Amino acid sequence: MRTTLPLAVAFITGLVFVITFFLNEKSAIVGGISRQLLDWLIIIGGFTLLLGVVSILRVSWQSVERRKEDWIYKLITILSVLVMAIPGLLPESWSSLFGRQAGSIYDWLFLNLQAPMMATMFATLAFYIASAAYRAFRARTAEATILLVTATLVMLWRVPMGEAFLNLFSEEIPGLINRYIMGGVNLAVQRGIIIGAALGAAAMSLRIILGIERTYMGKS
Amino acid sequence: MFTKWAKEGKPLFLRKIPGLEAIEEAVGRATEMGRPVLFIPGIAELDEIDTIAGISILGRVAQITAQYETPLYVPVRYPLVLAAGQEVVEQAYIKAGKPELYDEDIVRYVAGEQFSFTATVNGYMMRVRPATNIYMGAFFAESLLLAETGNAAGSIQIAGTARPEQLPFFIAACDYTLMGEELYAASAYLSHEPIMMGGLKGQDFMKILIIILIIIGIVLVLFDSAETYLSWFEEN
Repeated sequence: MRTTLPLAVAFITGLVFVITFFLNEKSAIVGGISRQLLDWLIIIGGFTLLLGVVSILRVSWQSVERRKEDWIYKLITILSVLVMAIPGLLPESWSSLFGRQAGSIYDWLFLNLQAPMMATMFATLAFYIASAAYRAFRARTAEATILLVTATLVMLWRVPMGEAFLNLFSEEIPGLINRYIMGGVNLAVQRGIIIGAALGAAAMSLRIILGIERTYMGKS
Repeated sequence: MFTKWAKEGKPLFLRKIPGLEAIEEAVGRATEMGRPVLFIPGIAELDEIDTIAGISILGRVAQITAQYETPLYVPVRYPLVLAAGQEVVEQAYIKAGKPELYDEDIVRYVAGEQFSFTATVNGYMMRVRPATNIYMGAFFAESLLLAETGNAAGSIQIAGTARPEQLPFFIAACDYTLMGEELYAASAYLSHEPIMMGGLKGQDFMKILIIILIIIGIVLVLFDSAETYLSWFEEN
């Protein structure tokens, strides 16, 4: 039963969405069922959030309680979860500081703490790209040298200063890089990967719908 | 047809995927070093096929870590992935005959936001320095942040994603990378089950058909005949 029921659910829901995709999704029966299933997904997703919160609090609390290594970070995690969640969950009618509207504690913490921290993480990507590029572009082999030359040309084409430099030799060079490197070799390879991946995804989806693929449930 | 052949015991050739072959070796390295294995099944929801592929590979990885009694850490971004991951890992530990080693907290929900998740995992990598990092699933801007940090921490890294825009980052920073369809083929490749192997061969056959159709299309365009055939399809 533990295997049959999930397989039946996967088969029926998979079939509904496949039929909806090929038929008119605005039709009353098929479209209605698929919309209903999507609503259920949102509701179940909302409930599972509680599962996540319980998981993060339990794991963090265990570390704090047993004074494990780096327990202080876990304590900060617990405090952050509570400080963000509690004022956000309390009704606005109690105070303008509660709820999630502009001017609330939740809003202030999001705008002044969470958003800048996330932006900082994203901004560090520039440094990571530099170090990865240095490693990838070291001209040790013929392939790496081709990569280095191609990347240098594309980088020159992408930045205005580089484009101006290329224009010194010929005004056609930036257009040629765009046409043959980006629109030719690069696009062809990308399309090859995309076609392969799309076929793979379709085959895997079919295996799941037909119940052949069960490894995602821990079954072989 | 291929499934029938596989069931009949006819040998089906599957080219070796080095990234998948290296998984056992990488877990073995972690065992020797006495350090954990980090597995990230992407950062997308469970309704993404990439995540399901990642979860399938997680089952195999968890089975190996259970056999070697190596600690495993699986941070996730969505509670639904948490539930699926816990189920898969538990089953893997039971299958490996080591149910007593299973801990519910092997798979953990760490954060719902993309970069909060990345910061948590990067912090873990730098503090604990896992011997092996495996990234399998859907990744976005955080792919390089994760892979570069893992590289700096000295971990052996195996990645797999079907997103072409993230592939260069993984190739630059990881030891092995599964590209595109290889991610979806992994569960069939690792299971060696006739039905799944047959499906994989059927997929290759479809690719050959598509390549032939592309070549026919190119020839038709070259001879200015494409419009005639396209209009036939539109009319019928």
